[in-house]
Amino acid sequence: MRPDIATQVDSTFWMITGTSIVLLLIITVAMLYFLYKYSAKRNPVPEAIEGNTTLEIVWTVIPVILVMIMFFISWAGFRNMRDVPKDAMVVKVTGQMWKWSFEYDNKKKSDTLILPLNKDVKFEIGSVDVNHSFYLPHFRVKEDAIPGRTNYFWIRTNEEGRFYAACAEYCGLNHWNMYAPLVVVPEGEFLVWKNTFPADTTKTTAADSLKKVPAATDTLKTAANDTSKAAGQKTDTARTVKDTSAIKK
Amino acid sequence: MANGTIAAPAAEVDFYHVKGRHKGLLSWLLTTDHKRIGIMYLTVMSVFFLTAMTFGVLMRLEMLSPGETIMSAQTYNSLFTLHGVIMIFLFIIPGIPAVFGNFFLPIQIGAMDVQFPRLNLLSWYLYIIGGALAIFSLFGGGGWVDTGWTFYVPYSVRTTTNVSLSVFAAFVLGFSSILTGLNFITTIHRLRCPGMTFFRMPLFIWSIYATSWIQVLATPVVGITLVLIILERAFGIGVFDPTLGGDPILYQHLFWIYSHPAVYIMILPAMGVVSEIIPTFARKPIFGYVPIAISSLAIALVGYLVWGHHMFSSGISDTSRVIFSLLTFIVALPSGIKVFNWVATLYKGSIEMTAPMLYAMLFLFIFSIGGLTGLVLGALNTDLHVTDTYFVVAHFHYVMFGGMGIIFFASIHYWFPKMFGKMYNEKMAKVAAYIIGIGFNTLYFPMFIMGYMGMPRRYYDYLPEFQVYHLISTVGSWILVSGILIMVANLLSGLRNGSKAPSNPWGGTTLEWTVPSPPPLLNFDQIPTVDHGPYEHPEIAKRKEIKDE
Repeated sequence: MRPDIATQVDSTFWMITGTSIVLLLIITVAMLYFLYKYSAKRNPVPEAIEGNTTLEIVWTVIPVILVMIMFFISWAGFRNMRDVPKDAMVVKVTGQMWKWSFEYDNKKKSDTLILPLNKDVKFEIGSVDVNHSFYLPHFRVKEDAIPGRTNYFWIRTNEEGRFYAACAEYCGLNHWNMYAPLVVVPEGEFLVWKNTFPADTTKTTAADSLKKVPAATDTLKTAANDTSKAAGQKTDTARTVKDTSAIKK
Repeated sequence: MANGTIAAPAAEVDFYHVKGRHKGLLSWLLTTDHKRIGIMYLTVMSVFFLTAMTFGVLMRLEMLSPGETIMSAQTYNSLFTLHGVIMIFLFIIPGIPAVFGNFFLPIQIGAMDVQFPRLNLLSWYLYIIGGALAIFSLFGGGGWVDTGWTFYVPYSVRTTTNVSLSVFAAFVLGFSSILTGLNFITTIHRLRCPGMTFFRMPLFIWSIYATSWIQVLATPVVGITLVLIILERAFGIGVFDPTLGGDPILYQHLFWIYSHPAVYIMILPAMGVVSEIIPTFARKPIFGYVPIAISSLAIALVGYLVWGHHMFSSGISDTSRVIFSLLTFIVALPSGIKVFNWVATLYKGSIEMTAPMLYAMLFLFIFSIGGLTGLVLGALNTDLHVTDTYFVVAHFHYVMFGGMGIIFFASIHYWFPKMFGKMYNEKMAKVAAYIIGIGFNTLYFPMFIMGYMGMPRRYYDYLPEFQVYHLISTVGSWILVSGILIMVANLLSGLRNGSKAPSNPWGGTTLEWTVPSPPPLLNFDQIPTVDHGPYEHPEIAKRKEIKDE
């Protein structure tokens, strides 16, 4: 069984943070102790110490060892992130100002990311306008959506529930509201959903998304100058944020 | 004491009162005196800093509650752009070299001025023109810039706001930076007084020297990049825009090839100031002079090779990510070495806790947090989670504001008596420092937690689970600003009513403390001769003599 990506990120984080806290404590405690012990009042006569080669070597070598350990642990986690399991299910992710759309292997399209439980999923991430970043906070991973190229990462869905995807690369007026719901359901339920075309929740057909590309550009050009419009949108978008949070676990 | 340096006679006129060719405002605007130019930078920069700080406070106010609090999304997007552009390009990058480097570099190496005084004035004018263009770009054209300070394409090419003008402003500022760097490098090579070998230079000079090389070698890259943006916007030349066959990633490479070394332009001079303040108030030589000096050069050198760590999530190759991550861990080491040496300098000192020293200690704590959290960002797998979240925002505020900003405050308090010939209220200055320390951590620490929870940066609105952290953070911004305002008020009142400063109020050992406060026009009556290291306190020198006998 491959180690879980999110667990690896968390353990790397705590390893680094734990070490850092120890180092910070050493530095801070030493500083405060010296400030107290060697204050001009308690120690009126300073001593001329211009350095110490042994100490310099010690506090160079130990940090070198520490950061190399950190590097190798994070590299191992990274290798796991980039090494996509061969049988992973592929979902195409397209960013545009300011929504995400998803396409499954059977051409099923959706604005909501529905995934089967206990599956490896590979995301192929692209953009039709400016840079975005496809970020799944719960799964501890993101990759930028850059026009003209396809980036990827993979996750394993090991928990049923409602999560969300966010945009993490600034992309203009409504960057802050570029969320998509992410729902992990049992595989059977997922297959039924995926293969149901007439009743699907698709808002974006191929033709629509083609039409929408220039439309998004227009929004940018006009919205950039139209703050009143932005203010008007606020009520809608605020509600959307609420909705997103409601579906999130 | 440097041999041959005679304190100028009391009758000597200080540089403020020297009768030159011009009078009044012109005596400033046409001056080639490095000290006047330093003061002019300080004046203008303070205005920029307080402006950008106000933008920051307004942003925090907007984040106080979910939904619209005081402004629209478009305004918010412009505010974080302007906050970033003004802070980075007009305050943090030029800050310490332009103000304190200009004022003290020639004095600390025993020179009468920089090598090219007229070029120095030109740098100031370029800075002013760049700054004015940046401000003007707010009001003219298609609306406030809303790209973020990084001007990432394709967005910066597509938005209708006034990007070209702000980018051009940054371009002009780049020239100011290059020329200042050139001037300082030449000055350090050519104008050191007799006996002032490289390893007798104060560590502030070493840090300015390393910084200047980065300014000269790295700034042209961003100049070219910014010109390419303007050409892309005006003529659609297709270097960056993928619809025209360009590559948005290329922009990120070019931008960070400059902007990462620029991070060291920002922090190295601050590290230099810390290396001045600590030996002065610990009354002993700095611990590990050579390691500190060499680590500045190491930072400048390795700092060129880590730009890719800003792009771990952009889709650059896995191999390059691994290499950049390794180099990033390596560049952390010289900074660590400096911190250990600073702390060791305190050992067996005779420490006087003055306001500048308090700021320096605050820096040690805050900068350590900033540096250590950088390890989380240098690590590949954790970076992919926390990059572009509030974790990064917290990290660079700890490093930039906690590093350069806090030390800028320390520098003003340290050199205020020398620059203005007046003392400020020491007690008030310390009160302000404590408030700033508390406010700073209240403002920025919750951002680490939010970031790890998944709060992306540059978001106008947020999910309910982040609210408590945003609330704490905003309250922190009020505390921090109160501290800064008290500090500014205290310094201004010192400027007006402060008692007269002696030539060496702190017992400093570097050359600037051998000349009157404020210094005369040509700094020295007679060029000094130096026969020992920069941090030999008289009491220690005396004891050495006794030992020798």
